[in-house]
Amino acid sequence: MTQEQEYGKMIPEPVPETAYFWEKVREHELWIQKCTDCDHVFHYPRFHCPKCTSSNLDWFQASGKGTLYTYMINHRPAPGFQDEAPYAIAVVQLEEGPRMMTNIVGIENTPENLVLDMALEVTFDDVLPDVTIPKWKPA
Amino acid sequence: MSLRYKAAIVGASETTEIGVLPETSETQLHIDSAVNAMNNAGIGVDQIDGIASTMNPAILSNYLGIVPKWIDNTSVGGTSFLIHVRHAAAAVASGLCETVLCAMGESGRSRVGVARRGGGGQLDNSYPGQFESIYGPLGPPTLFGMGVLRFMKETGTTLEQLASVAVAQRKWSNKVPRAMFGDLITVDDVFNSRMISYPFNLFMCCLVTDGGGSLIITSADRAKDFPTTPVYIMGTGESVETPIVSQMYDMTHSAAFQTSSKKAFEESGVSHDDIDHLMVYDAFAHLPIYGLEDLGFVGRGEGGAFIEEGNTSPGGKLPMNTNGGGLSYTHSGMYGMYAIQEAVRQVRGEAAHQVEGVKTSFVQGVGGMFMAAGSLVLTNEEPHD
Repeated sequence: MTQEQEYGKMIPEPVPETAYFWEKVREHELWIQKCTDCDHVFHYPRFHCPKCTSSNLDWFQASGKGTLYTYMINHRPAPGFQDEAPYAIAVVQLEEGPRMMTNIVGIENTPENLVLDMALEVTFDDVLPDVTIPKWKPA
Repeated sequence: MSLRYKAAIVGASETTEIGVLPETSETQLHIDSAVNAMNNAGIGVDQIDGIASTMNPAILSNYLGIVPKWIDNTSVGGTSFLIHVRHAAAAVASGLCETVLCAMGESGRSRVGVARRGGGGQLDNSYPGQFESIYGPLGPPTLFGMGVLRFMKETGTTLEQLASVAVAQRKWSNKVPRAMFGDLITVDDVFNSRMISYPFNLFMCCLVTDGGGSLIITSADRAKDFPTTPVYIMGTGESVETPIVSQMYDMTHSAAFQTSSKKAFEESGVSHDDIDHLMVYDAFAHLPIYGLEDLGFVGRGEGGAFIEEGNTSPGGKLPMNTNGGGLSYTHSGMYGMYAIQEAVRQVRGEAAHQVEGVKTSFVQGVGGMFMAAGSLVLTNEEPHD
């Protein structure tokens, strides 16, 4: 059985426009993009600004602070998640503006524990020797 | 160019059977409903010169033995069929072809003649694959309602109101023999059904079935040559928003619903008060609430109470999802065709649970998880100035 099969969950594979994001995540840093023409901050990674189509973009390290924007709690586990159900699939509101999907770690995933707008901070899960996934935990 | 009164639906039918059909392939579900729709319109396949389908139109054309002059393979989830109607109306209005078959079939439950689904432990470099699948969603039940808790917090909408959507629609399907679920239920029944993906209990989630439906569309000036009551296309709209639900511009609104429905209302020239009947694609219980608000039938935060108070139930002022919807009637995965079929039946006056005096119906579709939208205004009223 390969490491991937043993892990059992879906594995992100970067494409050119997302490679830098995943490279920095691998170093346990969360980097996002800002348009130097219109100042729009965005995620997921692109080669063009989704507000003005400019390709003058800067990468910068996000603070890693955010809040719980919304979530669902999945009772029917996806492949690889059998030992974790029920588990939350959540959207975090980054301090810098963009939102991203995540799991919430470090706390039992119940409606009582997961209160919208609670403070979260980023953490990094090294799921395979060369694959790291950003996740969020209560701050 | 406006499409107002340029085209009409002159044939419409679902598959002979819907529900659980393990003996019928996905291709055959398209064909069965297509033949039924042609029979309904009183025409043979030799009169079809355009084909629209989410399935490769070559499969259907070759099966039926025709070489069409016009095709549309728009495939943006379950609203695609509303968009096909819009495109077909434009095609027949501009003379690209005369008579379009919009065909749909889906072996959503039995998966006969359908590509297999992937498992875990695999690489995925798509945007959903990189930024959502890695966190363990298992299909629409775990993604489509992602904004619901946010919506509830911002608007004061309650879980009871969410449950009341399922309760209201059973009041319709209770008198629809083809509906998979027709027993009346209470809010407590909804809460006592199995938890699927909080805040969705089972009864807040759509069915998973097999079935299909087809439409025959031609120009409005030819509509009276057919034996059916013409269902005129008065207004149309379409849009897309995002391939991944976490990147909706505002998770408490569908930007695609707003853009698409606004265009359809403007084109039709009718107001909300002129709508006698409404279909809002209900893969999950929040969609009719989002739909009522984003289409402008009610104000922000009023959709849940509007349904809970019975306004969309039998006898209410805005009958909605009168076949029971995806929650109770059928849902093979891409429900939009069934929403159109019910609107056509209501406008023709031949629905199982008929609303008295329906002239004009609004149909709102959604594709993917708030990825796409399509809107139609359909009427039996003859054109007049």
